Amino acid sequence: MSNKSQCDKHAFQQSRRKVLKGLAAGVGALALPAPNASASAWEAFFQKNFRELDRDELKQVLARLESEYSKEYGKDVTVKATLPIEGVKYGYGLDLSRCIGCRRCVYACVGENNQSREPQIHWIRVLQLNKEKGVALEYAEHYYNPEEVPVEGHFYMPVQCQQCENPPCTKVCPVQATWQENDGIVVVDYNWCIGCRYCMAACPYGARHFNWTKGKLPKEEMNPETHYLGNRPRPTGVVEKCTFCIQRTREQPGRYPACEEICPVGARKFGNLLDPKGEMRYLIENKRVFILKEDLNTQPKFFYFYAT
Amino acid sequence: MKNHVWRSLSLAIGLIAFGATLASAAQVEKFFDRHGNLVVQEKVERYKRRADEGTTFPVPPPPFSEGIFPCSDCHADMTPNPKRRELVEMHDDIVLEHAEGQRWCLDCHNLDDRDKLRLVSGELIPFTESYRLCGQCHGDKYRDWKVGIHGKRTGYWNGEKQYLLCANCHNPHSPRFKALKPLPPPVRPENLNRQGIAEGSEHN
Repeated sequence: MSNKSQCDKHAFQQSRRKVLKGLAAGVGALALPAPNASASAWEAFFQKNFRELDRDELKQVLARLESEYSKEYGKDVTVKATLPIEGVKYGYGLDLSRCIGCRRCVYACVGENNQSREPQIHWIRVLQLNKEKGVALEYAEHYYNPEEVPVEGHFYMPVQCQQCENPPCTKVCPVQATWQENDGIVVVDYNWCIGCRYCMAACPYGARHFNWTKGKLPKEEMNPETHYLGNRPRPTGVVEKCTFCIQRTREQPGRYPACEEICPVGARKFGNLLDPKGEMRYLIENKRVFILKEDLNTQPKFFYFYAT
Repeated sequence: MKNHVWRSLSLAIGLIAFGATLASAAQVEKFFDRHGNLVVQEKVERYKRRADEGTTFPVPPPPFSEGIFPCSDCHADMTPNPKRRELVEMHDDIVLEHAEGQRWCLDCHNLDDRDKLRLVSGELIPFTESYRLCGQCHGDKYRDWKVGIHGKRTGYWNGEKQYLLCANCHNPHSPRFKALKPLPPPVRPENLNRQGIAEGSEHN
């Protein structure tokens, strides 16, 4: 090989490196906020993971979000970051012998948790199942729409996030934007989520939902009582899920989740699993209880039971 | 000396009080055994009081039809008629679909004091404690209701709780839960356009 050709090759290698560098910088620049973006957009860009924020940083983040949302929705929006209550692990009970499939819970949840109305996001899906087949999900129908429920020969099973004790969704997150809190609630940091949707693939209950666009949320229907890890309005490209109404249940005294409060037949039960005198422990000890897809070892804290 | 008198006096009073409680406890009961012989014996405490007996539950007011309560507004001037019959002049809108072959009005409503309900034991209870009446037959539901498993409970999961009366959800004369119109189902994926908006919805 001649000296010249070697020299040429070397030159080409150098220029390829430059091209790649330039490309990387260009692509990186695309991810940055636009040159005319507001200061808050830059702040959001450099915001740390929720679990790494110290007290002052968290205060700043909450204040920034509050002012952003208040401006966007034209009302005083509060964004809390209430910590878990000591000695509490939340559990949920759903009485399959009572549920009539009226879907009141679905829409109470949408109203409480500021889900996108269009495209439609529902955190609760109510399955209509055949009494003869039992809990056989292959026969489940969730688009049922008869004049009146319950339909003869059927029973209903609402499915939402099961708040697994061994959650497969948090394990697959490449950036640790989703995790389990000390009170058992699995949460998402919407500002840290990169929207890869691995967690949606990992969840065996279909409990996670993706914001494909900036969802439509009418100003007058927006719930201004929000939590950072819960029902604050979600940006585009992030995953969201049921949080047992973290903004309600972590208060002192803690309100019941919206779905529990609306249920006209009282099929939904909620409480502290660590309280031996609580209703959750009573139903687990005294009723026929099952958890959904037990064989997957996800260890849900959502207990389906039959009170009769 | 004076002190000594006082002490013996108070002891005497205490003894008398103790004796009185013993006397009231030592009541006799009479019953026939399985051979038909009359047995008279000292009453024994067979029935252990439950820990929650006598406690009342925070319930909303009973769901009366408008202007129907107090019942004594009309019934005070009427002569009670204990005869089992079909009501024609008043309350004829009530259709009993609740073990109707085995019961009628005065099994739960009281003959003399209409503002009260009547337990099988003869005890009169206000309408605000109607859960005790229902609990006579539906003991399992009553037990679950007390701990918050049967029926809806609102309030705070770790604080004050609000119960509902049985009659707030079940019509006592026709207790089966009535069917409801379900709220709309989710949009089927095949009916969504590329923006994720339902085809034919009013926002398009």
